[in-house]
Amino acid sequence: MLGNAAQRVCKVLKSKKLQTSLLALVGAIVVSGLILALSGYSPFVAYGAMFSGAFGGAANIADTLGTATPLIFTGLAVAIAMKGGAVNIGAEGQLYMGAFAAALAGAYGKDLPMVLHIALCLLAAFIAGGLWAVLAGGLKIKLGVSEVIITIMLNYIATYLTDYLTTYHFKAEGMVVKTKRVAESAMLPTLYPHSRLTVGFLIAILAAVILVWVLRRTVFGYELQAVGLNPFAAESGGVKKGRQFLLTMLISGGLAGLAGACEVLGVHGYFMKGFSPGYGFDGLAIAVLGQNNPLGVTLSAILYGALRSGATMMDRMTKIPQDFVGIMQALIIIFVATPGLVYFYRRKKKKTAAIHKGSETAPATTEEV
Amino acid sequence: MDFVQMRGITKIFGKVVANDRVDFSVKKGEIHSLLGENGAGKTTLMRMLYGMSVPDEGSIILNGSPVTLKSPSSAIEQGISMVHQHFMLADPMTVTENIVLGYEPRKGPFFDRKKAEQQVAELSARYGLQIDPKATVGDLSVGNKQRVEILKALYRKCDLLILDEPTAVLTPLEVKDLFAVLRSLKEDGKTIIIITHKLKEILEISDRVTILRAGKLITTKNTAETDAAELARLMVGRQVQFEVQGAKPVAADAPVLLEVKDAELRRRGMQLLSGLSLQVHAGEIFGICGVEGNGQTEIIEAITGIGQLSAGQVLLNGQPVHKPTPTKMADRGLAHIPEDRGLRGLVADFSIRDNSILGYQRSRRFSRRGVLDKKAIEMHTRQIVSDYRVKVGSIDDTAASLSGGNQQKVVIGRALSQDPDVIIAAQPTRGVDIGAIEYIHQKLIEMKNAGKAILLISAELDEVLGLSDQVGVLYRGRIVATGAPADFDEQTLGLLMTGYHKDTEKEERPCLETLHSAFAKS
Repeated sequence: MLGNAAQRVCKVLKSKKLQTSLLALVGAIVVSGLILALSGYSPFVAYGAMFSGAFGGAANIADTLGTATPLIFTGLAVAIAMKGGAVNIGAEGQLYMGAFAAALAGAYGKDLPMVLHIALCLLAAFIAGGLWAVLAGGLKIKLGVSEVIITIMLNYIATYLTDYLTTYHFKAEGMVVKTKRVAESAMLPTLYPHSRLTVGFLIAILAAVILVWVLRRTVFGYELQAVGLNPFAAESGGVKKGRQFLLTMLISGGLAGLAGACEVLGVHGYFMKGFSPGYGFDGLAIAVLGQNNPLGVTLSAILYGALRSGATMMDRMTKIPQDFVGIMQALIIIFVATPGLVYFYRRKKKKTAAIHKGSETAPATTEEV
Repeated sequence: MDFVQMRGITKIFGKVVANDRVDFSVKKGEIHSLLGENGAGKTTLMRMLYGMSVPDEGSIILNGSPVTLKSPSSAIEQGISMVHQHFMLADPMTVTENIVLGYEPRKGPFFDRKKAEQQVAELSARYGLQIDPKATVGDLSVGNKQRVEILKALYRKCDLLILDEPTAVLTPLEVKDLFAVLRSLKEDGKTIIIITHKLKEILEISDRVTILRAGKLITTKNTAETDAAELARLMVGRQVQFEVQGAKPVAADAPVLLEVKDAELRRRGMQLLSGLSLQVHAGEIFGICGVEGNGQTEIIEAITGIGQLSAGQVLLNGQPVHKPTPTKMADRGLAHIPEDRGLRGLVADFSIRDNSILGYQRSRRFSRRGVLDKKAIEMHTRQIVSDYRVKVGSIDDTAASLSGGNQQKVVIGRALSQDPDVIIAAQPTRGVDIGAIEYIHQKLIEMKNAGKAILLISAELDEVLGLSDQVGVLYRGRIVATGAPADFDEQTLGLLMTGYHKDTEKEERPCLETLHSAFAKS
């Protein structure tokens, strides 16, 4: 059993995907460091400040994980869609819909026991975000419109729709455009005092673990991936393509909705116009860095969380502007998205071999009967 | 004197010796076949002759003087051209544009389209390669695209033309046309090398044949002095059984297991199936032959539940199936070997393990309440791998890592291992080599003898005629004739398949021209 586990770890370490992500990370750190050095800053000081900002103490770690929470959800949302053959660029909009639904359920569903109330809010968020994504999926199936375009456009509609509803129908007293505060029974308990780290983080981890299980062990996950990889073979294999696609979108949008819910129920306590600094879009980058693997996505999200919370400290301790983190994030994505930069030579060799194999050649000794 | 000599050619990829000290020579003006199983090193050898890769050892001698071919353009300069199995054409461009690409005639700084079109028209008239120089390549049939490729080679003034599996994608009539063209090229003094693993074609067209096996040269023979059995033995390295043996006759009282009644299908104003009916009995192989595109795909989709009929019925075991779906049909004992394993048969990036249950993932054997039974699946996969002699490294490797023959064995093993009553076998041996073909045929006969009803759809006439108890000719979405294979000779079949026959004379005859040219030559 132990040997088995060790074997598995070895396999994971050897996997090309992990190597790509790690190399991309190292590449990004090195190039960012060069940029810092060229701009006249010390990269070591900068990285040191960032590291201590992100991990230098319990409060910092709590903040990092708290920031990572919505990112885990949006990363998972994008990743699961990708696995199922859907490109969901609409996590941001789904997050807004989910956040709004959670805020309303939290504010108006009074006198419920805590566990039930939180569950109700999360469910509302999941459904709101999920249906928002299903809308895009349905348009694709019925009319053949690309879900890429629709999900992008639905981002704007969701942002402004919730904005409108908050301003004109659900606005709380005061200057700021926000909804009524949610009931105390709907607030996610914090795991570390005065930080963003709440039970939401544990729910995010749980979601990732459940996804791993679903993808590996269930018929649903099997069919989801079959549709994603080869819809025609899946169809011949009895998978109802359209239905599966909608379910994939529902789950994807639902996860993005949960990201919004955790922000509302854990951090703010109300829905506020423009509260998300682009968590939904970061989800795209995180899914890419995590190679659409739920565990990879979780780690990538934590890394992104660390960058965000580290940036604050770097800003305070050095003269380097916070925006520098944007450069780092962009570099990471460029490196991951172009494994060619890393693997150019190896891939070219492999391709030549593949061409030979496709038509001829190949292991002459291990061929056929 | 030898026009081309390749001496002691060795090429190594990683740990694989693709070519091992191969000596190969071609005489001026001959048609020379290069024969071998998938993976024997035929294409590797030819890619070196075309400058796409460079030999690790050995030399290439052209017209008596050694040459170094570093790139296809240097090969083209030397008068060598190659038509690849997968065409290298720009679909949105016209025939002329594709042919002259890279060597365009110019008028000042501009492309002289008129002159180019005229040159292409002259070339096509000269070699009997009829084609409209202004047509868009994307609209052409596969056979015509191949003509464009050949014209491209001729336009570049090639003396040596290499064709990689040229007949793999062609219908029988197109093959006849191609061979006529090759003969006229030969008369004109061109030298032709054909890479193939089809024995019948070699015997028909080539002057000499060179056989490769596992990267090594076996021998070169004059085609006139050999026969199919010897070629097969040399290629595979052992005796090959051509005739299927041990097939039991269909019992007189065998029940009808699969029936299609008056199937109609209209899609976007096209009548794809028009009143197709057929019956397959227990223990019977019913073969469908016909030119591709006459309703084969549609009838397969209708029976397997992937598509729906506009009218008509599919009956399994005498019971009509209401609104068939793939799952419903599988539950009622229908197994499907899809015609295109890459498209419908396998998920290339899934492991062999995952592929081995595709279509049965909801069956109680492999899952309970939506949770996959990993142990059962693993046992099942190992069973298929050993029963069907699939060569795999690990069952966790992707299906894409297998050779075509082994992929097909996975597909067939998956279908047959479910103990079905009815088997839809579409192109069961497409793109697999002789050893695997022999094995797949044997498995189909085993299934037939076990009392299964098998519907065989294949573009290979010999396969249909050799395996079937009953043959139906499919033309324009309808079975126009049925009978035992012995009732048809090749000419009658050819006529029936193209809708030109005394019984169907009142039908339209769109293919008349092709037919005339085909049969005038034979």
